[in-house]
Amino acid sequence: MPRRPGLPPPAAVLALLLVGAPAGAEPIAPADRRSGFDQMGPEIQAMQRDETANPGMLAVADGAELWATPPAPGRQPCAGCHGEAAVGMRGVAARYPAWDARTGRPIDLQDRVNACRRTHQGADPLAYESPDLLALTAFVAAQSRGMPIAPPDDPRLGAARAEGRALFEARQGQLGLSCAICHDDHWGRRLGAAVIPQGQPTGYPLYRLEWQGMGSLQRRLRNCLTGMRAEPFAYGAPDYVALELYLATRAAPLPLETPAVRP
Amino acid sequence: MRRGRRAALLPAVLAFALGPARAEEGLVPYAVVGDAIPEPLAGLAGDPARGRAIVADRTRGLCLLCHAGPFPEERFQGNLAPDLAGVGARRSPAQLRLRLVDGRALNPDTIMPSYYSLSGLARVGRAWRGRPILSAGEIEDVVAFLATLREPEGRP
Ligand code: HEC
Ligand code: HEC
Repeated sequence: MPRRPGLPPPAAVLALLLVGAPAGAEPIAPADRRSGFDQMGPEIQAMQRDETANPGMLAVADGAELWATPPAPGRQPCAGCHGEAAVGMRGVAARYPAWDARTGRPIDLQDRVNACRRTHQGADPLAYESPDLLALTAFVAAQSRGMPIAPPDDPRLGAARAEGRALFEARQGQLGLSCAICHDDHWGRRLGAAVIPQGQPTGYPLYRLEWQGMGSLQRRLRNCLTGMRAEPFAYGAPDYVALELYLATRAAPLPLETPAVRP
Repeated sequence: MRRGRRAALLPAVLAFALGPARAEEGLVPYAVVGDAIPEPLAGLAGDPARGRAIVADRTRGLCLLCHAGPFPEERFQGNLAPDLAGVGARRSPAQLRLRLVDGRALNPDTIMPSYYSLSGLARVGRAWRGRPILSAGEIEDVVAFLATLREPEGRP
C-alpha cells in the first residue's frame, strides 16, 4: 500500500517529541497528497481531460450563460459587477471556503454565489443542488482549473477548521467509522468494489457517473455519511463548511480540477 | 462490563446492583468469558446457509466490503481486513461470537464494527438508531457459517 512508511526518520521523531503530541501533525504530508483522479481507470480519466467528452462542461456552459444573464429584469448580472470571469474569478475557488465578514462566519463557494444574489442582485438564493447553483459554482470554480488549492491564512477560520478536523477524525454512525479511518489510514485499499481515495475535494462541483449528474462537495460528504450510517447534516449546515475548510487545508497544494468526473 | 449509553449515566451503584448478566437496553444479555462468548445469544441455533447469505450481502453483513473470503461468485471483495478463509479453524465459535458482537471489547482501535452493540456510538442515522447492525439470530447464523470455514484458501 502506498501509505505510511514503516518508521519516521529519527529527526521527525525528535521533532514530534519536541513539539509534544502529534495532534497537529498532518496525516498525509503535502508531497504524498493524491487526487482521486489518479486512482480512476484510463477511460474516466480521458473523459475528464477531454472537454468535449466531459459531461461537467455542460454545467460550466450553463454557468457561463447564467453569469451574463440578469437574475430578474432590471437587476445586475454577475458579469455586471465582476466583468470577465476568466480574469476576475481566476484563483477565487482555490481559496474557498473563506471568511464572510457580513455574516461573521466561513462560507463556501456556493454560499458566496447565494450571498451575491441576495445582497447585490436582489434575488432569492438558489436551492442547494439545483442545476443553476451547481452550474454557477462550477463555472466560477472552472476559472481556477489547474491552480493549486491555497487556503487563506486567516486566523478567523481557525476555529471552524479545527472543528472540521475533529469531525473528520470522530467515529460516527452505526458502523462506528470515521472519515480518517478510510481516507487517512486506508486510502488505496479496496472497500468492496471501490478503491478508497484520499477524499480530496479537488474536483467539485463534479459529474459523478453513479449520480448520472452534477453534485456538490456537500452531496459527496452526505454520501459518505450515509455510508457510515451516520445522520447527514442539512445542506448548508456549518458542519459541512467546517469539513470543507479542513479538507482544503488537507488537500493543498493539489490543483483544482472542476469540473472533474468520478465513478 | 456491558453498558448502554443511557445505563452509563446511572449511578455506578445501581448499575452494579443490576448484576453481571445485564445487557444493553433492547439487546439480549450475554456473558464474556476470556476472549469469547461461550453461550449462543438467546440460546438460538444458527443456520450456516442463512449466515453465508448475510456475510455475502453488502447491505446486511457488509463483511465483503472489508474482508475477502471463499466466495468465488462474489467479485470485488475488500482488502481492509484479514481473509475469512480458514477463520473457523483459527477461532472457536465462542471466540467468533465475541469478535462479531463487539470486537471493540478486544481491540478498542479496531475498524471492524461491533455488530451487536449500541454503546459508544455517536450521530447514528435515524434509520439505524436504537438497533444493532445484526439481530441476535443473525449473529448466530453468521457464527454457524464462519465455523464451517476451516480450509485456508489455496489449500488443495
Ligand atoms: C467506509 C469508508 C469511507 C468513510 C468512512 C468515508 N468515506 Fe469518503 N469515500 C469513500 C470511497 C470509497 C469514496 C470513493 C467514491 C465511491 O466510490 O463511493 C469516497 C469519496 C470521498 C470524497 C470524494 C473524493 C473525490 O475524488 O472526489 C470525499 C471528499 C470524501 N470521500 C470525504 C469523506 C468525509 C469528509 C468523510 C466523513 C464524513 C468520509 N469521506 C467518510 C469511503 C469512505
Ligand atoms: C469496516 C471493516 C470491517 C467490516 C465491515 C467487517 N470486518 Fe471483520 N475485521 C475487520 C478487521 C480490520 C479485523 C482484524 C482484527 C482487528 O482489527 O481487531 C477483523 C476481524 C474479523 C474476525 C476475526 C478474525 C481472526 O482471525 O481473529 C472475524 C471472524 C471477522 N472479522 C468477521 C467479520 C464478519 C463475519 C463481518 C460481517 C458480518 C465482518 N467481519 C465485517 C474489519 C471489518
